[in-house]
Amino acid sequence: MTDHQGEVKEAMAISWGFIWRILLKTFVLFALINIVYVLLNPLHLLGRVSMYNGIFPGRLRLPYGDDPGRSFNITISDLEAMFAAHEIQGVDKSEEEFRVLIVGDSSVWGFLLEPGQTLSAQINKSEVKTEDGKTVRAYNLGYPTMSVTKDLMILERGLRNHPDLIIWLITLESLPSVSQLDSPFLQLNAELTRELIARYALGLDPEDDRFEKSTLWDRTIMGQRRELAQLIQLQMLGVLWSGSSVDQEIPKTYNERLEDLPADLDFHNFRQGNLSTHELAIDVLEGGLQAAGKIPVVFINEPVFISQGENSDIRYNFYYPRWAYDFYREELQSQAAARDWHYVDLWDALPSSEFTDSAIHYTPLGSRILAQEIIEVIKELLR
Amino acid sequence: MTLIHILVFSLLASALLLTTSHRWRRWSLFIISLVSVYWLQPAVSLRQFGFWFPTASIGLTVIIWLVTRGRERGLNREDLVALLCVALLPLLISLGRFLPEGWQLTDSRPPSTYLVVIIGSILVLLGFAGGWLAERSRLVLGLLGVIVVGIFIVLKTEPISIWASSLLRGATGQSRNLAASTDLYWLGFSYIAFRLLHVIRDHQSGRLSAVPFLDFLTYVLFFPAITAGPIDRVERFASKMQKAVMPTASEYFTGAKRIVLGIFQKFVLADGLAIIALNSTNAALTRSVPWLWVIVFAFSMRLYFDFSGYTDVAIGIGYISGIKLPENFDRPYLKTNIGTFWNSWHMTLANWFRAYVFNPLTRALRKGRLKTNPALIILSGQLVTMTLIGLWHGVTWNFALWGMWHAIGLFVHNRWVAFLKARRDRIPSAFYNSRGMRTVSIFLTFNFVALGWVWFALPSVQMSWEILIRMFGGYR
Repeated sequence: MTDHQGEVKEAMAISWGFIWRILLKTFVLFALINIVYVLLNPLHLLGRVSMYNGIFPGRLRLPYGDDPGRSFNITISDLEAMFAAHEIQGVDKSEEEFRVLIVGDSSVWGFLLEPGQTLSAQINKSEVKTEDGKTVRAYNLGYPTMSVTKDLMILERGLRNHPDLIIWLITLESLPSVSQLDSPFLQLNAELTRELIARYALGLDPEDDRFEKSTLWDRTIMGQRRELAQLIQLQMLGVLWSGSSVDQEIPKTYNERLEDLPADLDFHNFRQGNLSTHELAIDVLEGGLQAAGKIPVVFINEPVFISQGENSDIRYNFYYPRWAYDFYREELQSQAAARDWHYVDLWDALPSSEFTDSAIHYTPLGSRILAQEIIEVIKELLR
Repeated sequence: MTLIHILVFSLLASALLLTTSHRWRRWSLFIISLVSVYWLQPAVSLRQFGFWFPTASIGLTVIIWLVTRGRERGLNREDLVALLCVALLPLLISLGRFLPEGWQLTDSRPPSTYLVVIIGSILVLLGFAGGWLAERSRLVLGLLGVIVVGIFIVLKTEPISIWASSLLRGATGQSRNLAASTDLYWLGFSYIAFRLLHVIRDHQSGRLSAVPFLDFLTYVLFFPAITAGPIDRVERFASKMQKAVMPTASEYFTGAKRIVLGIFQKFVLADGLAIIALNSTNAALTRSVPWLWVIVFAFSMRLYFDFSGYTDVAIGIGYISGIKLPENFDRPYLKTNIGTFWNSWHMTLANWFRAYVFNPLTRALRKGRLKTNPALIILSGQLVTMTLIGLWHGVTWNFALWGMWHAIGLFVHNRWVAFLKARRDRIPSAFYNSRGMRTVSIFLTFNFVALGWVWFALPSVQMSWEILIRMFGGYR
């Protein structure tokens, strides 16, 4: 049939009534599809559908990026999709592998570091062997927001990938209970966070106002169009990741961490002497141990920049007044001893020259030095 | 055009179904087009130019109509009322400055009404003076053509547009140091200019009959087609406007289908592919050769879906308004040679250049005193035409090279056809028409076009060349 014949046939068949019926059917069908979508709530299921570890190589760290056009990466909130894009999901654990998960904040994720320069990549380069001949293979499960509750969520999900050891880098900034739910990642994953709170009896409010309120509309296709678009974008970005191995825009120049510090003695809203153990989310760390079960967890107090500039007598760096950080270190040390944790304090393991734009972000050399320290910790533990 | 624009235009066009009066439909299309020029104009950094650019589009259209309306044609009542509407609209819009922030039709606060009255009066006087002079001298039309081309060159040539922006910034009391070519984002001027040039040229050659002002202005500023074409012919458009009948159910259905298809192409496919499509960042960071090809193909598809999507939306809204716009794309990536590609890619622009550049130029060369080889005439015609098509997108070496790339492709194809014609007896026609041959031809044509986009997509000749070499395994 020629195009013209087709048009003539279509013209004969179409009346205004026909158009109204089509509109009505479209509306009904669209409503039905949305209802089914709400009932199935398939976002997490869809998140698992991924071209990574198949057509594209898995990413070496969890997806995170503000400007997809420049960083070839995107921030998404669906945990399943994040893991589906990660290399860990594509590697079946062999008998020869000693699997180490490294969780933590942006310092673990590797802000301003190429994928091959992060802690996990540096550990892997060393090809450490266990006494029984297994090769230590570290996976980067860091994520750039500061909240140990966020770490716990990722750690718990990572347990499905059969780790032999978990290394959890922490710092004071990610510990205050009041700021645990400031992380947008947790706010967007409200249900998962509430489950964590219930499962590990965390001292957080499951009805906290910071959680995203989910309405019926938010569960429809229309309500979740942004999340769905992000899932597709993440897949599209696989092309650029495959072709470039770039997953972060690293500027040639950046504002270096502050050397001269404000004469401020407060830490968050805590005045000197007001910070107590109860204000810190130690229960979340306990939750991590509980989740890991028999898998050993090593807590590492991550290195921080120690300023020599103005007001460095009262502050270590932009984040921490000396009194607060000293209290935190002492308290964590005593808590670890009392609870029999594997705990290593590496707070001053790096010279100040090896920090980049913040008091917790490292240079490639800093990352290598810290990786060597962690390797020693692993070796010590395996002995 | 954003989704909101498309939705509003579709609803407005659908609302025209409420009237069967041909007169009301014409007037409605005229008014909607007039108002849309202001509504569609994006915000620009130059103070108040969100108002002045649309006003200048209208002013230029009015002047050119007054000059080309024909000596024998006076101003009838309809023309006068339409001209009055045109004069009143900027005044009404400028009164928006007294409304609270966000209530204005333009993206920025309009200028003072006094200024609008003064500049509007000057434009009207210029228009009537031009019309009067045009009856006595053909130079006026030529001068108008030069002005339109001049503005076009200023807008499309980055160093000149920065210089112009700096001048305008000085005049509006803004910092000259912040002058940028993006300051001169004049909505739809590429299309407005080519519609106006077509009118000027056809009037000069005596081919253009008088067109009522109402239809003329709607032609130049027709709301679905102002942002991305197509470039219709004025006599064709005017004849549609003269009929401007209510669309049949079938036409309405076709229009709605085209709009939905266009939205899908533009906002789903094109915008989705945009992330991975070739650009300077992606090109610089992509190290693997196969993935480099993928991003070049992604650009090819993205550009097609983007442009074809917009065209579908424009044609669709035209359909439901009762105005059929010309087609602009016809499955160009499935064509078997570069000649048919150019008969199906941005067809209205290609036809414009064919009518006003290629044909007159090759005719002149053929009739010239010097005996020129026909092949050389074709090569010259194609080089000039395609380079100008390239420069229409922006005056840069890259666009010029993109045009030349296609010119050479067209010339080689032309010679190949001539070569085969001469040997028609020796090669069986079944060979040409075989499915295999067709597939190979489509493959070659698509890849030739896709490689051409490397010039088009990247900002510098050096980078384009490097990418082309890398695509074939060089520069490792």
